Amino acid sequence: MKYLDEFSDPELAKKLLDQIHAATTRPWAMMEVCGGQTHSIIRHGIDQLLPDGVELIHGPGCPVCVTPLEIIDRALAIAARPGVIFCSFGDMLRVPGSSQDLFSVKSAGGDVRVVYSPLDALKLARENPDREVVFFGIGFETTAPANAMTVYQAKRLGVRNFSLLVSHVLVPPAMSAIMESATCRVQAFLAAGHVCSVMGTAEYPPLAEKYRVPIVVTGFEPLDILEGIRRTVVQLEEGRHEVENAYSRAVREEGNLPAMEMLRDVFDVTDRTWRGIGMIPRSGWRLAPAYAEFDAELRFDVTGIRTAESALCRSGEVLQGLIKPHECAAFGKECTPRNPLGATMVSSEGACAAYHTYRRLELVEAK
Amino acid sequence: MQSPAELDFESWVCPVPLRETPSVVMGHGGGGAMSGELIEHLFLPAYGAAAAAELGDSAVLSVGGGPRLAFSTDSYVVKPMFFPGGSIGDLAVNGTVNDLAMSGAVPLFLSTAFILQEGTALSELGRIAEALGAAARSAGVRLVTGDTKVVDSASGDGVFINTSGIGMVPDGVDIGPRRARPGDAVLVSGDIGVHGVAVMSCRDGLEFGTTVESDTAALHGLVADMIATGADLHVLRDPTRGGVAASLNEIARASDVGIELVERELPVPETVRDACSLLGLDPLQVANEGKLLAVVPGESADQVLAALRAHPLGRSACRIGTCVPDHAGMVVARTGLGGSRVVGLPIGEQLPRIC
Repeated sequence: MKYLDEFSDPELAKKLLDQIHAATTRPWAMMEVCGGQTHSIIRHGIDQLLPDGVELIHGPGCPVCVTPLEIIDRALAIAARPGVIFCSFGDMLRVPGSSQDLFSVKSAGGDVRVVYSPLDALKLARENPDREVVFFGIGFETTAPANAMTVYQAKRLGVRNFSLLVSHVLVPPAMSAIMESATCRVQAFLAAGHVCSVMGTAEYPPLAEKYRVPIVVTGFEPLDILEGIRRTVVQLEEGRHEVENAYSRAVREEGNLPAMEMLRDVFDVTDRTWRGIGMIPRSGWRLAPAYAEFDAELRFDVTGIRTAESALCRSGEVLQGLIKPHECAAFGKECTPRNPLGATMVSSEGACAAYHTYRRLELVEAK
Repeated sequence: MQSPAELDFESWVCPVPLRETPSVVMGHGGGGAMSGELIEHLFLPAYGAAAAAELGDSAVLSVGGGPRLAFSTDSYVVKPMFFPGGSIGDLAVNGTVNDLAMSGAVPLFLSTAFILQEGTALSELGRIAEALGAAARSAGVRLVTGDTKVVDSASGDGVFINTSGIGMVPDGVDIGPRRARPGDAVLVSGDIGVHGVAVMSCRDGLEFGTTVESDTAALHGLVADMIATGADLHVLRDPTRGGVAASLNEIARASDVGIELVERELPVPETVRDACSLLGLDPLQVANEGKLLAVVPGESADQVLAALRAHPLGRSACRIGTCVPDHAGMVVARTGLGGSRVVGLPIGEQLPRIC
């Protein structure tokens, strides 16, 4: 895909970096919202190349990381039941619940399967009418349309043995929650390009205005990220706080209208608990009443499961950008990707895992 | 029993076995950190004084001062059993031949042991056996002994094959995982990640259209050509499960050197890069079945590269890095933009990302 090569061209990257260095006259702290951006920043060493004063704060935009512990525990309870085929995207399998993960359930005989699309789970349900097939529907606005489409199809086709365990979360309310925090240091946002490719950019001007922060919709390739940072620095230096689209090859202002219509039909906005952060009002989606029969939490009666986090894990502060991963006392000791205490150490998009995997050298040398 | 004061905490390993999971999980077979921990914390302590393994791709043995023999064993449980460019039958020969070749040995004899799930179609088994026979003929190895077991339909998953092999190590050849030195060049014989992507491309639910075919191949001829250059080959590895990342981490730890990779020099074909990008996987951690990594003295690098490139299985060989005295035991990649990142040992299985 030569097309993507052009977005990691080192010559162009150097030009953008030179422009960022030239434009920066004082320290700035900006948050990249999406875990995919965090992963790319650390993987390509982008943060090491920025001016000393430009700080990237890693945001809460990793869907695996913010899925609440009690939802993971409910998933584990459902997956362990006989007769259930529990389907999930791959990176949810190692996320620790309060005592185990989906890999452990699989190892104990649970039928846990990695799928690559919720529609694969629906296909499994139709092929296995005597089994209950459950899909773990987590994520931001990015993954929600496919999940909505699957439930819509299940209803249309009358597939009664399919259900969805829903834990969808919404980005703009989380950005508000971060800005409302008393300890917030965020002066600008690199907004999540893939979320905006679904939802458009209409939700962001009120945020930019209310909190007086530049918001630049940013992609995921190295040049996308550098261009997002460059535009953000220029706005900050000029004292502007506007919404800009630096990812126009994927994002239209109005978003993906058919997808948004599907989301409105299938989901209702709800309060949602974010792992490591807590409850953020109206920051999630649940199945609308018309689709309640496909709600796995109701079907398997697991809504009573309530659990608490490890006292050692400070992933909440990491997710809010209050501390860097290695500033947590458990980082690299009690908590490693091999033995994660919190979800930020599980997903490759989690800030803790990205630091542990790609930045250990720097942390070792700093000691 | 040592007192705490006498313990060397630099090399101390937590004695608590397999802390996080009371039972075997898929990651224990992924060729990464979990596989290593299973060996270190469960198998080796249980074997005690009976264990004598360098933990390379094969063991080099000699009986009563006789010729040095390389001995290796490997089990094959690939799913699906047939994939673009090959089958479990090809892998069962080429994989063990390559494990022998990585100690410089000329592979001679293989055993074949089948564990068959009740209900497997004999036509499928026949195709696998045909492929296995053809691969053995092509590699010039003899299939000298074997075994067949059948498990009930609830206990298996198609066909599992174990092959063990014996080869002869030529005089003067000393290739082993502990021999990497600072200043050595790190070479790879061609494009990486191809086999893993070929297998993933036809897994249930993925089935992405690709022209990628598995690179499964027997590499002993390539190794013989490298040895013929007269260069002092320090380490050879066959980067299968866990990919290049796992093999290089194992070399760095065994030899106590740092390894510095130049990311832009890594031969990752577009199709592999695109598939990995789609799935959120790192090409460095994706399996290969027809590639080798070589660690050779820096001054021999060009000579060995020329020998690799002159062989049909090494045409795209290139230098991807250097062994360094810094960050011993760690692999670091210099990124295309000029930053750096640690290339870690994969933990267990590679998990496709959500978005």
